[in-house]
Amino acid sequence: MGTLVVADHDNTNLSDATAKVVSAAKQLGGDVHILVAGQNCGSVADASAKLDGVTKVLLADDAIYSARLAENVAELVVGLMGDYDAVLSSATTMSKNFMPRVAALMDVAQISEIVKVEAPDTFVRPIYAGNAMQTVQSSDAKKVITVRTTTFQAVGQGGSAAVEKIAAAKDPGLSEYVGDRLSESARPQLTSAKIIISGGRGMQSGDNFKLVEAVADKLKAAVGASRAAVDAGYAANDMQVGQTGKVVAPELYIAVGISGAIQHLAGMKDSKVIVAINKDEEAPIFQVSDYGLVADLFKALPELEAELTKLGL
Amino acid sequence: MKVLVPVKRVIDYNVKARVKADGSGVDLANVKMSMNPFDEISVEQAVRMKEAGTATEVIIASIGPAAAQETIRTALAMGGDRGILVKTDQTVEPLAVAKILKAITEQEGADIVILGKQAIDDDSNQTGQMLAALLGRSQATFASEVKIDGDKAEVTREVDGGLQTIRVQLPTVITVDLRLNEPRYASLPNIMKARKKPIDEKTPEDFGVDITPRLKVLKTTEPPTRAAGVKVESVQELVAKLRNEAGVI
Repeated sequence: MGTLVVADHDNTNLSDATAKVVSAAKQLGGDVHILVAGQNCGSVADASAKLDGVTKVLLADDAIYSARLAENVAELVVGLMGDYDAVLSSATTMSKNFMPRVAALMDVAQISEIVKVEAPDTFVRPIYAGNAMQTVQSSDAKKVITVRTTTFQAVGQGGSAAVEKIAAAKDPGLSEYVGDRLSESARPQLTSAKIIISGGRGMQSGDNFKLVEAVADKLKAAVGASRAAVDAGYAANDMQVGQTGKVVAPELYIAVGISGAIQHLAGMKDSKVIVAINKDEEAPIFQVSDYGLVADLFKALPELEAELTKLGL
Repeated sequence: MKVLVPVKRVIDYNVKARVKADGSGVDLANVKMSMNPFDEISVEQAVRMKEAGTATEVIIASIGPAAAQETIRTALAMGGDRGILVKTDQTVEPLAVAKILKAITEQEGADIVILGKQAIDDDSNQTGQMLAALLGRSQATFASEVKIDGDKAEVTREVDGGLQTIRVQLPTVITVDLRLNEPRYASLPNIMKARKKPIDEKTPEDFGVDITPRLKVLKTTEPPTRAAGVKVESVQELVAKLRNEAGVI
């Protein structure tokens, strides 16, 4: 018996999140196996096999997993759980979609977005947008857990686990994939970037995000946004950082024109260094920032870009 | 078709939750409570479906203390037809909520259940998916657009990389994200009318559901706090600090 980790991937690349989930899984004790469910995703299985501490990779390569629809993946995972004490996956939109389905089919509680493993049955998780931390002990025989990956270190890549092909489970035939409109960007992804610069309502228009992007390009940073900026149509939904968007913890987070609602702070307050640029000196964002600059962002951002250029960035 | 919309009474969106000094939980005494913001979006979606002639009846359900009746009334004032209050003062975990909702869905013959993607108190993001699993139904989570087309629904979902569109078989369970719609404010006449709309009172036992928690809360603590740092006077000073003091650029 041991722990099954469900890999997060796009059929080609294994997400960085999975190496962090493996790190949490190792703390439960016992073997760690990875399930890769997808289509033509052999490269993902190979990358999974290299993760330290993984002893086996199960590969379910079938057309019914091409888009990792929740109904299909849940059916597959539940069928495998006879052999495991726990199943873990990252708290990404993919896993948040199918993991509760797995839990319900097994008649167990799901423990969402753990940030710490205290014991194999005891975990810490944030509630109320991170304004409280709760330590919970599970009484279920098997555990279904999603992991907030910002608080776990990725495992290394020295492993060489065997890859075992497994058959697909039956197709529930309840849903079908129609298409994607994914944001194309040459910049790093929000959830793995070392530096993030985010714009808020203070940006005043989508066009003005160019000022943020210019600085991002200098710093090789990802670009984020507050909910207010996304709601106003200045930025795409996948850029939202916060309680209900992405949770990030980069080395450097620069918040521009963001007042600092508790819902936004929930998504970025674990960042190592926080910078706030806002013309309102009373803005709550200054209470969590290491460096605050009270300034008009339309002046400060071009200046910042120029200063970075001077540094040769 | 009938639409069921479950709503949850939670601490208001604008109130910062405070942990009780004894670590036993979050202090909810004398705190403003409101409908979970995501649930307002589901109510709005259901009411719009009724206005468009897609839905025939919108049933509002809530599981919680007697005061959850106010949350149901709010949803009725927005345009719901009638309510079901499943009264309990105990903590009800998502799995137990899903079991109760399953029973209600079957009893009422609801073709579509629309829920908020998560409640802003426990941030679990589980109930809709669990309900779909227990009903053996399709699920469409994190919806930003919903189109009903015959016996199928085409749903655009907010995912980490952008947007994804799926087509699900009806009956189904939909959970909504922020950009699906902008919920209306109830007008005074509608608030008055909502007072006369019927609310059925039930208990978890009426549905034969055991709500004993599976998770034991050992303690609730304050998160580590960040001390406010320094204010810098200029962009030049900021860049110098980031380079020389913090070493992050």
